[in-house]
Amino acid sequence: MAGTAVLGRLKWEVADVVEIVPETPRVKRIVFEVPGWAGHRAGQHVDIRLTAEDGYRAERSYSIASAPDGTRIEIAVERLDDGEVSPYLTDELRPGDQIELRGPVGGYFVWEPTEGGPLLLVAGGSGIAPLMAMIRLRAAARSDVETRLLCSSRSWAEIVYRRELDQLSGDGLTVAHTLTRTQPRGWTGYTRRVDREMLAEVAQAPDESPLVYVCGPTPFVEAVATALVDLGHEARLIKTERFGATGA
Amino acid sequence: MDELMVDGNAVAGLLQQVFAIEMTTALGRCNECGAIEAMGATRVFRGAGIVMRCPRCDNALVTMVTDDERLWVGFPGVGTLEVRL
Repeated sequence: MAGTAVLGRLKWEVADVVEIVPETPRVKRIVFEVPGWAGHRAGQHVDIRLTAEDGYRAERSYSIASAPDGTRIEIAVERLDDGEVSPYLTDELRPGDQIELRGPVGGYFVWEPTEGGPLLLVAGGSGIAPLMAMIRLRAAARSDVETRLLCSSRSWAEIVYRRELDQLSGDGLTVAHTLTRTQPRGWTGYTRRVDREMLAEVAQAPDESPLVYVCGPTPFVEAVATALVDLGHEARLIKTERFGATGA
Repeated sequence: MDELMVDGNAVAGLLQQVFAIEMTTALGRCNECGAIEAMGATRVFRGAGIVMRCPRCDNALVTMVTDDERLWVGFPGVGTLEVRL
């Protein structure tokens, strides 16, 4: 299980689609049942492979959003209009369908309750997915690690996992949102892209040495990581997961 | 900044397929600047193939090109790889 073990060659496996739930207008949660799934660590991902009738194949890597839970895993897929894989997953796939995947993979962008904290999690849009696995694992393990989450979304309706985050906050987890494009009437939270001042207000002080996990589109992650280093956070404590240019 | 850039984490599956162990936590030493960084922290650029670059100096560390049946891996910029057994 741990990243230290020899895992053997990764094999493509067939998983069953169990559940597909719209999470926001552009993001769906997809739950798979993977026979023989040996568990995963919070922050790891799966590779998903689609094969067209003519044999053309496309692979994408998706962060697992669920805490370890038997043979079920959940991913959150944002529909990219010009994407090769995501429109199929969000528009065509149905419960009962089968899909090829392999995993879990990765071991760098991973948090275990035994690593402690405090934790600083910064999400751009659907970049919340691997951080959600950490938040869910923290709750499931009844960890009291002091955790702060800063979520950047375009609008209230586009906050991924908003309801569940509301439910889980408290008990040492604080959640702050910034809505970068439109805000509901009466919104008193942040209304701009994540910047140095916002991070200074939301994050723990650098001398508390929080373990930092940043996930989102590449420009978002670049900006956040740079600002955190400027504020005095140690680069070695900042782990990043960039998923290319998709605009949060 | 290349907006299509991702992290070494994104090619974790491919690396594990080749090396049969989890490789994003493996430490690679850059031949150019001497930085020792986790492979998951490298900058990954995808084009006709995949190039993993040093996060400090941008030196090309690893290149990978695949077709359906084969994979070509090059190590133009890695001096040593430290892997946990």
